[in-house]
Amino acid sequence: MSAGSGPGAGAVRPGATGSGSGSGADSESGSGSVGIVLVSHSAAVATAVAGLARGLAGGGDLAPILPAGGTPDGGLGTSSELISEAAKAVDRGAGVAILVDLGSAVLTVKALLAEGDELPEASRLVDAPFVEGAVAALVTASAGGDLDAVAAAASEAYAYRKE
Amino acid sequence: MTQTFDADFLVRWLAAVAEAVDREADRLTELDSAIGDADHGANLRRGFAAVTETLAKDPPATPGAVLTAAGRQLISTVGGASGPLYGTLLRRTGKTLGDDERVTRERLAEALGSGVAAVSQLGGAQVGDKTMIDALVPAVEGLRGSFGAARAAAEEGALATVPLRARKGRASYLGERSVGHQDPGATSSALLFAALDEIARTETSGTEGAS
Repeated sequence: MSAGSGPGAGAVRPGATGSGSGSGADSESGSGSVGIVLVSHSAAVATAVAGLARGLAGGGDLAPILPAGGTPDGGLGTSSELISEAAKAVDRGAGVAILVDLGSAVLTVKALLAEGDELPEASRLVDAPFVEGAVAALVTASAGGDLDAVAAAASEAYAYRKE
Repeated sequence: MTQTFDADFLVRWLAAVAEAVDREADRLTELDSAIGDADHGANLRRGFAAVTETLAKDPPATPGAVLTAAGRQLISTVGGASGPLYGTLLRRTGKTLGDDERVTRERLAEALGSGVAAVSQLGGAQVGDKTMIDALVPAVEGLRGSFGAARAAAEEGALATVPLRARKGRASYLGERSVGHQDPGATSSALLFAALDEIARTETSGTEGAS
């Protein structure tokens, strides 16, 4: 279970800031790191999970992570505009990992990746549990992991059993 | 001589779809409230109204461009799973049509076939899963013969979803309880082909001999 315990273990070690330059850089600037977008049917869920991931990811410079939840009018659903805005905003040139909850969130991101030009070039739908995956992705991206590493860490969160 | 269809024909088709969806929105929502989340009618109404508006404002020059623009609009306005699904259907169909200024019915059927395959891949649904695929696949087969055959096949396909057990989407959580309800997605897919047949009839009677 070593893989599954990764996110939790990394989360409570705020001292693990090996990459930190100590220059007091904006914690959201994440220059060169993988960006993360959290897509949920609910704006509240996406925002809360982004906050949870930031809180658990520990100190040091964090990779950029943004929620894209609900519809633009505040209802439940999926908005390609909010997703594409968030993806562009977290794009630092190292790729964007997109985590989704279910149903239309999955289908919308897949449709955008398959046919459109609405997302940054190196955007990827990551197959991961939403909450655990978000934490694992942010920890890995903040530690300087590339898109493959971020995606793998998020997917590995599936392996963490709870009983 | 083989009849061909231009961009305007596709624009009128989508306008007719918007009208049909508007007319049938309550029924679609009612079907969706039985096995889904009761938003299918409202979602599609919003989506196709936006499509009609976009196409009226800035009409693309080719049939392919009409469908590509419409698909993009659906993905960005619908907010539910039907947005990316119908959006992918139209967008892929439009891309397959390419830049041709006029297309035959056979060519449209072929392109729609690629669109339906893309929808099937996106949602992972096959015929018999109680989804829009159950209407779309027979409709495209029918379209190789005639517009009327496509319409009839789509309606038959939608009705045939009643005894099926849902294997995709939210309805699949209901298991056996999804049996006995007509699938809302298959029902709205049938509206697309009813509208296509309707527009093709006016085209034929209005421009007889011209093509």
